[in-house]
Amino acid sequence: MAKLNVNPTRMELRRLKARLKTATRGHKLLKDKSDEMIRRFMIYIRDNKRLREEVEDELTDSLKSFMLARAVSSDAVIEEAIALPGTKVKLEVSSQNVMSVDVPVFEITKSEGQELYPYSFASVTGELDGAVASLSELLPKLLKLAEVEKTCNMLADEIERNRRRVNALEYVMIPQLEETIKYITMKLDENERGATTRLMKVKSMLENR
Amino acid sequence: MRDGLIAVVGDKDSVLAFKAIGVDVFPVDGEIQARETVHTLARTYSVIFVTEKVAVQAETYIKRYKARAYPVIVPIPSAEGNMHLGLAGINANVEKAIGANVLFDNKED
Repeated sequence: MAKLNVNPTRMELRRLKARLKTATRGHKLLKDKSDEMIRRFMIYIRDNKRLREEVEDELTDSLKSFMLARAVSSDAVIEEAIALPGTKVKLEVSSQNVMSVDVPVFEITKSEGQELYPYSFASVTGELDGAVASLSELLPKLLKLAEVEKTCNMLADEIERNRRRVNALEYVMIPQLEETIKYITMKLDENERGATTRLMKVKSMLENR
Repeated sequence: MRDGLIAVVGDKDSVLAFKAIGVDVFPVDGEIQARETVHTLARTYSVIFVTEKVAVQAETYIKRYKARAYPVIVPIPSAEGNMHLGLAGINANVEKAIGANVLFDNKED
């Protein structure tokens, strides 16, 4: 590892030693952060996988029964039936800080009329009822999935970024500083030895005169 | 701040069902329309569910919002069937974070 291009002086040595101390400390902190982030990430990702599988199964079922409803009734009837939905789903959005990553948090605030079926039961078949009911039940889970998946995405990004930082400190910054400190110490020692021998030499010359 | 709106983007067969439960739906047809819709919706909506087909078509736009908290763009299976894009995304995340796919190689459950 190449040493830094600095003057071998006592002042520089002191400065570098302080930097090395900071770097080592930062490295330790970042490594701890990385460990904790991975632990949290594992919890989230397990949740994510479970939710994803459940949601995909249930959603496919719901969509299938909706398709069935469309097959039974004509397109125009279905479209008319759901043209004006009885409910409107709204969310309370905020963000939460997980390991210095801002992740989204939702809270469902269902509003504007509680009528789930916005159509007359006389005009459409029962399949549509089933599809609408199951889909409506699925929505909270779907939103939870959105929340967890985004958290995982952002945590994964942050973990990767953090690993870069840790590696840069561990394999570049710290060795470089150590090498430079060693170089300066050697140089200063050498100078000191040079000075001592010079003095000795001068003394012996004075004595011989 | 965004006001908590939910949108569903996809082919008409898949998204129409969501209309009944009070979510804003945007049926799209074709790649260009899919991209444009996602792009415009991303400014106002907090959560956007896109069918997997749209997710593939509008990938460049969706990637752009990956690093931010909002909007949350989530791929869901469409009426045509499941492409398992979601699980692939999860696996990619695990690989990115841990360095190897430690979680799903051997199904633990």
